[in-house]
Amino acid sequence: MSNNFTRWVLGSFMGLTGRSYAKSSWGIKENRVQTKVIEPSKGWKLVDFRELWRYRDLLYFLTLRGIKARYAQSILGVAWAIIQPLFASVVFTVVFGKLAKVDSDGMPYILFSYLALWPWNYFSSTLTESANSLIANSAMITKVYFPRMVLPLASIFSKLLDFLIAFLVVLGLLIYFGLMPGFGVLFLPVFILQLLLCSLGMGMILSAMAVQYRDVKHAMTFLVQLLMYAAPVVYSTNAVPENYQSFYILNPMVGVIEGFRAAFLDRPIPWAWIWPGSLVAILLFLFGMMYFRKMERVFADVA
Amino acid sequence: MSKAIIKVENLSKRYRLGLKEKKAKTLVGQLGNIVKAPWDNYQRLRRMSHFGVDDESVFWALKEVNFEVKEGEVLGIIGKNGAGKSTLLKILSQITQPTSGRITLHGRVASLLEVGTGFHPELSGRENIYMNGTILGMTRREIDRKLDEIIDFSGVEKFIDTPVKFYSSGMKVRLGFSVAAHLEPEILIIDEVLAVGDSEFQQKCLGKMEDVSKNQGRTVLFVSHNMAAVQNLCPKSMILNHGQLGGLGATEDIVRKYLERNAPVNQMSISDMEMKAEGSKAIWLEHISVSSKINEVFPAVCKEDLFLILDLGLKENKSFKGARVDIRIDNKLNQRLIWCSTSAEDDFSIKAGRLIFKIPECPLSPDDYLLTVFIHDGKDVASWYPNLMSFRVQDVKYYDNGLIIPKGQTNFIYPYEIISE
Repeated sequence: MSNNFTRWVLGSFMGLTGRSYAKSSWGIKENRVQTKVIEPSKGWKLVDFRELWRYRDLLYFLTLRGIKARYAQSILGVAWAIIQPLFASVVFTVVFGKLAKVDSDGMPYILFSYLALWPWNYFSSTLTESANSLIANSAMITKVYFPRMVLPLASIFSKLLDFLIAFLVVLGLLIYFGLMPGFGVLFLPVFILQLLLCSLGMGMILSAMAVQYRDVKHAMTFLVQLLMYAAPVVYSTNAVPENYQSFYILNPMVGVIEGFRAAFLDRPIPWAWIWPGSLVAILLFLFGMMYFRKMERVFADVA
Repeated sequence: MSKAIIKVENLSKRYRLGLKEKKAKTLVGQLGNIVKAPWDNYQRLRRMSHFGVDDESVFWALKEVNFEVKEGEVLGIIGKNGAGKSTLLKILSQITQPTSGRITLHGRVASLLEVGTGFHPELSGRENIYMNGTILGMTRREIDRKLDEIIDFSGVEKFIDTPVKFYSSGMKVRLGFSVAAHLEPEILIIDEVLAVGDSEFQQKCLGKMEDVSKNQGRTVLFVSHNMAAVQNLCPKSMILNHGQLGGLGATEDIVRKYLERNAPVNQMSISDMEMKAEGSKAIWLEHISVSSKINEVFPAVCKEDLFLILDLGLKENKSFKGARVDIRIDNKLNQRLIWCSTSAEDDFSIKAGRLIFKIPECPLSPDDYLLTVFIHDGKDVASWYPNLMSFRVQDVKYYDNGLIIPKGQTNFIYPYEIISE
């Protein structure tokens, strides 16, 4: 039933690519008696969700492996998920809030910056990690078949734990400042979804590119920094000149960050700043998945 | 039983070879190259996956390969390094795509191109069983069910909750193989994983494979350099030569074909090496070969007759009363193993031309050996060639149960009986 549904959803989206679902990925057609045909395939392909579903246990264990391996042999363990963004926002509060006196729309600067750093940290760390995921596991890629997409997916999912833990600081700060989130907080899942789409899309593109072009690895450090200043992490979207704003809000992270701030600090949700980014995030996600599928057939040959 | 479970049609795969880089002769040219380097690099990286028409660097790892495997068959795949064996397995297990052609598979495929894929050093043995198992296509529930069996088979139950980074390499292999041994695919593809691990574990693995193929009726493709293992496990085999199918048939025939075509032939012409010999050079060696066949260029094979074939040259107008030729086989450590001498015959008279020593049913175990030739003209040393050449004895099935002779365990294998009372 759900299979048919995904297929239907995909089918409508397939019009975009002009390829039918039956002729699925890797040039492998499957039917009930598990007959597979291996043939060379060309062009753009869709995500084979059925196959991904069949490998869900692998995704689960890879995610688990990512989490366990990250905090293995460490004293503070998962506490690092809090320390990293908290420390960064303290530094930002001192440098941008106190010294440079950046306007924070009347919010306490530490909350203002933490509510941005919380999703931002998730975004940037998934980028770095997923870009590296295929290269780091090239031994697996060249030895066993499995849907390659589980590798970047697992690195993106394993970061979700950090994201959840970092939420504790938001609670702490809200209590400290005696603030109550309004009904806007109900929209939080929407912003989180946008954050995920954004991370997935970028993660897929970067990981697929990084296999063939190792330049991606070198570019990551400054790319992440560049992207941070292109998003309202240390400043507010209001600080962007009006005539640039319509261009500026195409950055999907603008909507995520402003959405997070509005949701927790009981302000009207700035939808006008959010929806253009949502569209971009969806497109980014679709393109990312398809680009990954296009590239994946040469992974084993170039990794 | 007679249905083709794997059908391979016109399968080809090309790769690109690295080309020598062009170097500029002038300093200006060099600087220009540095500026141009990113563009060249881009072209080079791109060409790893894009192919033009008239490329000099294209290499066909497989070319127009056709074959069929029937259900329940165990097929050995042999061939020299670079013959395309691994490429074939990679395409069959969907790791890489073919360039052209098609494969039809009726059933699930599990490939074992390596044991312990995906092991993470920080995770415990138990966690890595789940990790490795799911990579190989098992579900969590399947592993839950077989966990005890897997741990038991691996023989590392004491350390199962210890991070794998503290394991010895042998333990890792054991754990990896026992996960793989519990896969239940219709088609199992195995690439020389038996080359690792100690001999006791190798036997265990061979036993398991035999069980999988003979008792459970699965289809197995087995790639190996070990002729004895192939002969023992696979009734049928195929041979690959430079990416093309060189033959498919009964393993005995195919192994023979492989030995004829591919195994290193042990022969040497001495004319250019004469300086090496010490002595008066009244008698000298022109050519020498070590072979299992007397009138054919053939490798040396364990258990078959071994011929040491020498072509001698003599200074004319001289009589060589009491002349003799000695030949000695040493192992790689230069320990002396076999010594043959014409002086064992009273009425031996030396002549120009061919001289053959025959060692019936070569007792040397499969390995590399060194030859030393000593020629005495009756009065003086004529030619002495210490460590003249090395030769290899090929392994074929020796023991009936397919036991592989453990490396370094023996120089000789000799028939014996086991009597228990």
